[in-house]
Amino acid sequence: MKRLIIGSWRWLDDRLGISALIGPSLKHLVPHDARWWYVFGSATLVAFIVQVVTGVALAFSYASSSSQAYETLQFITNEAPFGRFLRGMHYFGASAMVLMVGAHMAQTFLFGSYKYPREMNWTTGVLLLAFTIVMGFTGQLLRWDQTAAWSVVVAAEQAGRVPFIGDFLAQFILGGTTIGGATLSRFFAIHVFIMPALIFLFIGIHLMLVLRHGIAEPPVAGMVVEPATYRAEYEERMHKTGRPFYPEGAWRDFVFGTGVLVVIALLSYFVGPPKLDAPPDPSVLNADPRPDWYLLWAFALLALIPPEVEGYVMILTPVIIGIVLLAAPILNNRGERAPSRRPWSIAVVLLSVILIGSLWIAGANSPWSPNFDPQPLPEKIVGATSGPVFTGAKLFRDKGCLNCHLIHGYGGRRGPDLTYIGDQLAESDIVIRIVNGGVNMPAFGNSLKPDELAQITAFLQSRKRPIRPQDQPPMAQN
Amino acid sequence: MTRRRFLEKLCIGLSGVCAAILGIPLVGFVVAPIFRKTTGKWISVGNITDYEVGKTVSVAITDPSSLPWAGITAKSALWLRRVNDVDFIAFSVNCTHLGCPVRWLQDADLFMCPCHGGVYYSDGTVAAGPPPKPLIRYDVRTANGQVQIKTMAIPITTTL
Repeated sequence: MKRLIIGSWRWLDDRLGISALIGPSLKHLVPHDARWWYVFGSATLVAFIVQVVTGVALAFSYASSSSQAYETLQFITNEAPFGRFLRGMHYFGASAMVLMVGAHMAQTFLFGSYKYPREMNWTTGVLLLAFTIVMGFTGQLLRWDQTAAWSVVVAAEQAGRVPFIGDFLAQFILGGTTIGGATLSRFFAIHVFIMPALIFLFIGIHLMLVLRHGIAEPPVAGMVVEPATYRAEYEERMHKTGRPFYPEGAWRDFVFGTGVLVVIALLSYFVGPPKLDAPPDPSVLNADPRPDWYLLWAFALLALIPPEVEGYVMILTPVIIGIVLLAAPILNNRGERAPSRRPWSIAVVLLSVILIGSLWIAGANSPWSPNFDPQPLPEKIVGATSGPVFTGAKLFRDKGCLNCHLIHGYGGRRGPDLTYIGDQLAESDIVIRIVNGGVNMPAFGNSLKPDELAQITAFLQSRKRPIRPQDQPPMAQN
Repeated sequence: MTRRRFLEKLCIGLSGVCAAILGIPLVGFVVAPIFRKTTGKWISVGNITDYEVGKTVSVAITDPSSLPWAGITAKSALWLRRVNDVDFIAFSVNCTHLGCPVRWLQDADLFMCPCHGGVYYSDGTVAAGPPPKPLIRYDVRTANGQVQIKTMAIPITTTL
């Protein structure tokens, strides 16, 4: 029996050429000291495979119709066996893919692995990063709820800022002049056919290049890359000390990749997919569109760039980042690889992490967004039950002040905290500020009656730090 | 030209012909929705008497030229303000910054945007935040006791 199986396999393998095809890939020599730093690329591939499998599964029940997609998502999430789990896998798989691409990129950059002869490994990787981000964004749109529908509008508006062809691009994204029947199916085609095809193609090229140029060794200070001699030296070292990729290099990829898959599965089971927002009805204006976490930093950037230069920043920043990333290895492809000899590389990675991290935190808090439903100020904080201070406090909420200003933790964070404004501004300054507005504050001169203005001013003047600390009312936690 | 050079050119040329046969309908089909005329139709949004002078209210409309499978996405809304006995202003709900739906706060007399903090006065001019220009207005008219607005594209703020 055993002989029969082995015999059949040999026959098949000879006629199909399986071993001849993948044998050299499995057995190619990799550096003996390429250890845990080298797992992020394969982990990205694992995440991508999760996306393909769960995406195909979800497509069995998803209808890419502007009118029905939301209902099919509800069915998938609430009724279909494994539906909620699969949606979770697809979401956390996407998250893992973004994270692993980032880690893989940081590692290859820090190790100087992008230098000769692996420039195109890097460049194809940058394109794969871009494709991953497009997949993340279009994927969130396929969740076709209220947030998704408004995100299409935001995307169209951003594309609209491209010089000369902005209008055309915006309408291309919307599938017309407004959101409607043509909108969702375009994103479905892009997310399910076009981008995956590009990703498959470029993963193929990326892996082919890994085999062609070999895996870069962990960098050693003083061991410089000299294009004239690098290839011969690398070959020689691999023949001396290299190990076959499978299984001696690959086992760590399998361990880490399995770990990534298990974490994705656990999160999908215990946390579940992102909640569906309200249906995608553009006539419902109580919307609060936010991108998924992997684009929250971009959302923050759009709120924080100064309006005068915004158009340029929106269009030029991605273009410049793209050009710098694509061209980086061609501009700098030789010399030291060790991060200790390239301290600026550590600085670049740290700065990128800090920049994206702080924008991300800003995006999560979004203090620039008004608080549309501020809780009324409790009596203890107002400090009066009648009179101008009491009425002023009520007006402070009714007239929209509390939407943007904070009093003892109540209200919004758009403008300055006014908890102790009575200590900081005189009556006349408060009045001037309210009547005329300021840099980022509307003028209320036309909308407040004189007595209302006086009452709000009285309330604000009473906002003083208590003389005895124990008289301080507790801060609201929100 | 040698026979071999000729055959090479023939293969490359035929590939180009095949790419055009496949590519032209693909591109044409994909960009077609852009050229479909869908807006610029006058529709009624109710009787003049339905609206109170000095009030701004949201009005839901349905795109009269929507595709049959658009469902609820054929709907949209606008902010309609009755200025006096005869005049109305119809504001697009899209913030001129990045298109998020602005909300009207009646008592505060302001429009506020939930996304990046844009604020507008009751006449649509910018009061605070990043919006580069006032809220866009629909064409609005009154006829036979009815308020009518002219449907329009989602306004896109462009750079050049």
